[in-house]
Amino acid sequence: MSEYSIKELLEWNEKIENIVLAEGLDCYEQEFEVCDYEDMIGYETYVGMPSHYPHWSYGKNYERTKTLHRYNMTGLPYEMVINSDPCIAYLMKDNTLLLQILTIAHVYGHNDFFKNNRMFRLATRAKDTVEMFKNHADRIREYIHDPGIGYEKVEKILNAAHAIKFHIYRNIGEKRLSDEEKKRALLERYRKPKTEYPLLEPRVKEEEPPPDFKKIPVEPQEDILLFIMNYGKLLDWERDILNIVREETIYFLPQIETKIMNEGWASYWHYNILNKLNLPQGLHMEFLKRHNQVIRPHLGQLNPYYIGFKIFEDIKNKYPDNLKKIFEIREVERDQSFIRRYLTRELCEEMNLFEYLKLGKNYIITEVSDEDGWKSVRDTIANSAGLSGIPVINVLEWVQKDNMLIIEHQYDGRELELSFAYETIKHITDLWEGKIMLVTKIDNKRKLITCDEQKRVTLTDG
Amino acid sequence: MAIFRQFINSGKDRAAEDKRRHRQLVEESIKKNIGNIIAEESIIGQSKDKKIKIPIRGIKEYRFIYGNNGSSAGSGDGSEKRGDKIGEEKAGKGGPGDGQAGNNEGEDIYETEVTIEELIKYLFDDLNLPDIDKKKLAEVESIRSTKNLGYQRKGIPPRLAKKRSVVEKIKRKQGYLRNKNDGESLQDNQSEVFETEKSEDKRFPFMEDDLRYRRIREDHKKDFNAVVICIMDVSGSMDQTKKYMARSFYFLLYQFIKLKYSNVEVVFVAHTTVAKEVNEDEFFHKGESGGTYISSGYEKALEIIEQRYNPASWNIYAFHCSDGDNWSEDNKRAIEMADKLCEVCNLFGYGEIVPGYYSSSSTIKAEYKKNVKRNNFSVITMTKKEDILQGLKKLLEKEGD
Repeated sequence: MSEYSIKELLEWNEKIENIVLAEGLDCYEQEFEVCDYEDMIGYETYVGMPSHYPHWSYGKNYERTKTLHRYNMTGLPYEMVINSDPCIAYLMKDNTLLLQILTIAHVYGHNDFFKNNRMFRLATRAKDTVEMFKNHADRIREYIHDPGIGYEKVEKILNAAHAIKFHIYRNIGEKRLSDEEKKRALLERYRKPKTEYPLLEPRVKEEEPPPDFKKIPVEPQEDILLFIMNYGKLLDWERDILNIVREETIYFLPQIETKIMNEGWASYWHYNILNKLNLPQGLHMEFLKRHNQVIRPHLGQLNPYYIGFKIFEDIKNKYPDNLKKIFEIREVERDQSFIRRYLTRELCEEMNLFEYLKLGKNYIITEVSDEDGWKSVRDTIANSAGLSGIPVINVLEWVQKDNMLIIEHQYDGRELELSFAYETIKHITDLWEGKIMLVTKIDNKRKLITCDEQKRVTLTDG
Repeated sequence: MAIFRQFINSGKDRAAEDKRRHRQLVEESIKKNIGNIIAEESIIGQSKDKKIKIPIRGIKEYRFIYGNNGSSAGSGDGSEKRGDKIGEEKAGKGGPGDGQAGNNEGEDIYETEVTIEELIKYLFDDLNLPDIDKKKLAEVESIRSTKNLGYQRKGIPPRLAKKRSVVEKIKRKQGYLRNKNDGESLQDNQSEVFETEKSEDKRFPFMEDDLRYRRIREDHKKDFNAVVICIMDVSGSMDQTKKYMARSFYFLLYQFIKLKYSNVEVVFVAHTTVAKEVNEDEFFHKGESGGTYISSGYEKALEIIEQRYNPASWNIYAFHCSDGDNWSEDNKRAIEMADKLCEVCNLFGYGEIVPGYYSSSSTIKAEYKKNVKRNNFSVITMTKKEDILQGLKKLLEKEGD
């Protein structure tokens, strides 16, 4: 068993909490649960939630984590925090006392971030988190136990919904126009003279065709899940499952969008809090060791703890007089903007960041962080942060004649992985009665991937 | 003030149901591919422990993801220059920079290996085959079989479990490297990663603690002997495709019989107008030209049975594959011989291989159907690879009657 008691943890926690308050962190009530490593794997599998709906993919995750752990390939996370109010965090029983202290401080960093970052404030209701996941689990279990529906049907819909779960509105807190407003805007744009002095323009015979108001959707829509919920021929329970998956993605969106910031912020704070704790020397040595381990660079990869920590430290040093600066940044930014604004050339150089590309079978370095290259490196990191790492696919049109759904990949130079695109499209046909057509680009040529109701996929030039 | 709770485990594994379902999907996926896998293997001489790699489809979680044509970023040690090669594509793995958020598919550890034995088990579980009758007289109290009961740390050298020992060593090495990193990162977290790289090349010898030995229980039990007699027409009309199908069929039959008996022998008889006993390689790869007397193959089989496999102490399974081309003057004799074979065999089967979609029923098949009225005789037709399993099922159901 562990070398310390809960009472000891409470004492350390009190000291930490005092520093947290003094430093101006603004947290939800905090709850810690001390569990063993098997429970930890369980929590990790089910995204930290005490209850979650069942799906085989969680079984797969569990086995993977456990296998990796069994073969000593990876350590388990020291903690898990969930974005809820009160904020719940799990501590692993077998950790040393120092690790628990470090983890507790780290958790308060996350807690403050959850409560204050704009993404989280807009997209999630921390008070309802646990209840929401429990409610979702209950509803899915109810469908599974319904003799008219059953496990297999539910699983099929869940498989399909999971395949497109990231294709929802990406911009958190964006004001969305109703279809009526969109149409009005389109009409206005059409009516408005194209130039300031229309009389001076040469007369053109062909008029621009008026906007097509019958088209659904009026404008390309990135929320494929919502579109299918609105227009697909779904049964109520099927629509509800899509809604459940969509709500969970919305809940996780801020975490996906702020991975680097969130971990950087928590690491920044555990480092500063522990430095203020006056740890006995033995613990202090272990602290430095563990801290360095957490924020060490991963060769050839990007460690979000490392990058986030470095950037926050850098900002802090740059504005020695403005204590509020880092707090403002943690409130308004997300990874993409954070990297673009605050990852400087000096930092890129210090962290030896580079950019690479797959050419044939080899990975070749294309840019390094020198005067010419650092901006490109920075942009590459920004462009793969959070949701930017996931292709944007829009619903372009619902061809009502034969119920075909046309979706389009917003090509930005990065191609889709075709084998995955084929299978994903097949999943969509489980939700949409009719053909699906995906428009994309391969080798800079327009391509159409079609999947008919029999799940036959064809690739043609378009 | 924060609350601290001790988690009280109710002893319930919350992931149990999802794990079960996932495993079920893995097995299904293996079964789906089994027809293709199994036909590739050589019939005998393969140890049942031989591992085959199987790509498992259907348990990936598909999403729209980016392919490989975009740039990625990583951190280095400062020695990187433009144009440096930092890695190579590995089968089934992502690039060196799997750190990209959100869309890395990671390593698919379920692209796994199974042994032939496991495969056969999946296969026959699925077919739901009946138990086969064993001749009581054919019991021979002799050979001891050994049963693997897991692993232990001490043992005698012949029972060293090599693979398991290597696994243990790797585990120890991983732990060692991690601890080492911890220590070094204290002084210099920059060079520490490279230390790891270098030590990969260093010798990391086995230690006594790594070694594992098989734990074995010896069983003396009654033994049943069986012989599978494979008779095949190797005349000019039997081309490679037909032989390939015959081969797959025999493989499965052999595997099935082997499941039921501890001692199984295989005899290969090839025939044109005359028959001879051959080895496996000749059986499948040597083509001959000339006409066909099916009876010659049966006669040879009967001769072998008489000489070596007394029906009183052997369970005999004979099977004949042909494309149905028999010279008509031989038909009558073939039927007689088939009848005789049925007398001595537990099961005698005739499989007609007609690749392609047209199938004109041959005379010999019709004659067999008309004239050989025995319970342990079975006629099946195979036109494509997928028929093999069904054929086997049909054949063995007969046995169960």
